[in-house]
Amino acid sequence: MSINQKIVSDFIKNKIEFVTTVPCKQLAGVIDEIEASKEIFHIPSNKEDEGMGLCAGAYMGGKRSAIIMQNTAIGVTINTLVTLIQYYNIPLPMLISYRGEIGEPVACQVEMAVHTKALLNQLNIPTYHFHKQSDADELDAILNHSFMAKKPVAILTDASFWQGA
Amino acid sequence: MIRSDVLKTLIPMISDQLVVSNIGLPSQELHLLDDQPTNFYMLGTMGLSSSIGLGLALAQKAKVIAIDGDGSVLTNFGTLPTIANNPADNFILLIIDNGSYGSTGDQPTYAGMKTSLAKVAEACGCDNVVECSAEDTAAAVQAALDGDKMTIIVCKCESGNIKVPVIDMDAPVIRHRFMAEVSRRNA
Repeated sequence: MSINQKIVSDFIKNKIEFVTTVPCKQLAGVIDEIEASKEIFHIPSNKEDEGMGLCAGAYMGGKRSAIIMQNTAIGVTINTLVTLIQYYNIPLPMLISYRGEIGEPVACQVEMAVHTKALLNQLNIPTYHFHKQSDADELDAILNHSFMAKKPVAILTDASFWQGA
Repeated sequence: MIRSDVLKTLIPMISDQLVVSNIGLPSQELHLLDDQPTNFYMLGTMGLSSSIGLGLALAQKAKVIAIDGDGSVLTNFGTLPTIANNPADNFILLIIDNGSYGSTGDQPTYAGMKTSLAKVAEACGCDNVVECSAEDTAAAVQAALDGDKMTIIVCKCESGNIKVPVIDMDAPVIRHRFMAEVSRRNA
């Protein structure tokens, strides 16, 4: 099973049926896998805060939801995370490409990478950093944790993690 | 007619429907006029009423009315292509377009100037877009409820606000009672 198939299979195992995505080069494979999945309704969004609104609505409609996005989106979504997702106790797994880490070819991406964990920490969002492919062994439990706690969780996936994906 | 007058005319037909209501005065006015467990009040997060409403409509069977404002649609313009390309025939987006940011002191929006939200929605690919006067809005909402096609209604009304108290219900309570009602309607 490829890492992309493993991620989507853990989503399905955790009854996630509604996924919104905003693309990143590192996430292309997993987004393709989401699109191909029969169990998951894939709805691309134009901006990540819009995507979180879609996820909140789907959750209230009885479908577990998740968002796949780049770490630059933390800057876009702080207000939505705080005043919608956290304020209303809505679970939201966020699978995030952690651009700007070791192996990054685009210098500008580092500018957001240096703030990513500090921002998530400031927001009290449980954060997990996948550096090696074996780190994804914990994904199933992390997704379960998000729905149990009714909280957003951040899964940061760096360039080393996606190597060979 | 101002927004609260329009809402008053809608109560008989939306009272028993799932309603996602926009941040600020629209939610406070709806709460004052007709508080129902079928109402989801947004206490924050400007712009996402239409997105929450679409997500809700796509996830379950009951009809959903998202009450939005012109300022909020302007701040989340990306919502219109998403709505157009993921049609949910149980979804009605009602944009109450008073040409102003009502909750913040009636500053003018571009929707009250040269920008037509109905034309933008059409250009984004939305199929059933109805622009109507404040007086005709109740009939337009009833027609949309009677039909089984996703509908975007742009209600052109006057700018102005009534004095309303803030909503003191806790956000998780609003969500919890709303979800219980959604679940009951899909049982």
